[in-house]
Amino acid sequence: MADTDFDIQYVANLARIALTPDEEAKLGHQLGDILGYVKKLEELDVTGVEPMAHAVPLANVLRADEVRPSIPQEAALANAPKQANGLFIVPKIVE
Amino acid sequence: MEYETVIGLETHVQLKTKSKMFCGCVNLFGSEPNTNVCPVCLGMPGVLPVPNERAMQLTALAGYLLNCEVPGFAKFDRKNYFYPDASKDYQITQFDFPSTTTGHVDFEFGGGIERVRITRAHIEEDVGKSNHFAQHSGVDFNRAGVPLLEIVSEPDLRSADMAYEYLNALKEILIYGGISDCDMEKGMVRCDVNISVRPIGAEELGVKVEIKNMNTFSGMRRAINYEVPRQIETLESGGTLVQETRRWDDIAGITESMRTKEQAHDYRYFPEPDIMPLKPDEAWLTEVRSHIVELPLARKQRFVRDYGIPAQDADVFVGNVALGGFFEKAVEGAKNTKAIANWVINNLQARLIETGTTVDELKFEPAAIRELVGIIDAGTISSKGGQEVFAELFENGGSPVVIVESKGLAQVSESGELEKWCQDAIDSNPGPADDYRNGKENAINFLKGQVMKASRGKANPQVVGETLAKLLKG
Repeated sequence: MADTDFDIQYVANLARIALTPDEEAKLGHQLGDILGYVKKLEELDVTGVEPMAHAVPLANVLRADEVRPSIPQEAALANAPKQANGLFIVPKIVE
Repeated sequence: MEYETVIGLETHVQLKTKSKMFCGCVNLFGSEPNTNVCPVCLGMPGVLPVPNERAMQLTALAGYLLNCEVPGFAKFDRKNYFYPDASKDYQITQFDFPSTTTGHVDFEFGGGIERVRITRAHIEEDVGKSNHFAQHSGVDFNRAGVPLLEIVSEPDLRSADMAYEYLNALKEILIYGGISDCDMEKGMVRCDVNISVRPIGAEELGVKVEIKNMNTFSGMRRAINYEVPRQIETLESGGTLVQETRRWDDIAGITESMRTKEQAHDYRYFPEPDIMPLKPDEAWLTEVRSHIVELPLARKQRFVRDYGIPAQDADVFVGNVALGGFFEKAVEGAKNTKAIANWVINNLQARLIETGTTVDELKFEPAAIRELVGIIDAGTISSKGGQEVFAELFENGGSPVVIVESKGLAQVSESGELEKWCQDAIDSNPGPADDYRNGKENAINFLKGQVMKASRGKANPQVVGETLAKLLKG
């Protein structure tokens, strides 16, 4: 059973992807199927069951406050589409 | 209509750790861009962030210092948004189960003590730093992943000045606790300000405007002082306010709209699957609690109450903890606590600053100041002589009593030698002596000066005055 209770354009915007009307219809249908499938879980009675924070029963997995080597600047910037003066260059966005 | 201003602050403070929140990169300001980075803080796929235990301890300690509760369960969540300074397209933060909740901060304001309630203080990661150029922006991720404590206040602040004092108090508490250096120049403290106005007496809050990312306290104060009249004028002229986020333009001195409620981000928080929840146990919390320090305000109140010193002096000892510690040792068992405070603040502090010395490096014990004040009060040396003793003490250490002895600084108070000096002064200065006898009381000061000169400053001025008067009248 498909779930149609969502806005495909809104979701596409959140994911920053541009969809053609055809794609909207197709992906909307597919996502609806997925949501409908997951919705089966709602049939379970979970009254009195604590929500879990993680599937693995572990807590307090922490690391000591110790400095470890970083990677070189060239390596950090290796995949940058644009770089200058050691910075990742991006479109100007001021918010 | 009269309006009331309602302000709540979200204050972000970088924690004083060696390494970042979720990776081992150094937590350091001022390095070459993108040199303190690794796959974790650059947001590469497949990496595993692991929380820094020290950051968690500092978070809990901050909670205790802010009178918060530290719950037995907390977790991390992902806050999703796209912005170039967020390397992963989400920020790891704490959403519904923060590490500390419901506290308060007491601080001095308007001649009294005010209390601001703290909603929560949660731990998250800082984002990268954007540099804006004409056509592009350049991002440096050295700051990305630095542990950031977000302290959220209830809307209990009523004016720009009150918000300003609250921030100063908060900063002082965090510095005291070793939570953060709170260095404004290095951007270690930033805040978002929520402001609304409502008719006085109204229960309901007005429409809220958020001003983002203030990085100076004075800028925040100016922004509030701009925003409040703007809101009141809008309401007075029959307009309506919209819930929105505004930006403060520090140069123009105005706020301008960034986005309204309709355009607000949908952050889609969900539990961070890479990080296990936190369940601080009693032993861990006990260790954290052992680092709780006396808060600045409590310290000030104690100094005023226990040592009877003026509030301004207590402020100095709050602002300079080492100097305050020195004072507390100097004042042990002393009567004249105010004089000791004066020497420590006016003389010792001044010399420490001049010479770039720290209290730890001093060559003498705090008790020496108590001894110095004691011999001045006893009339053994003049206060001018005291200055000489202090200078020697600061240079070479030692004991004031011994210095007085070795430098021959003790005042002469015995009548024999003093009377001779006084008689000489009267005999060689018949003019002023006659003036005094004829009722010009001030004339005695000239004679006093002559005696002090003859004694090379060693005569006790009070006794000189008395002796001169006796001889002149006799």
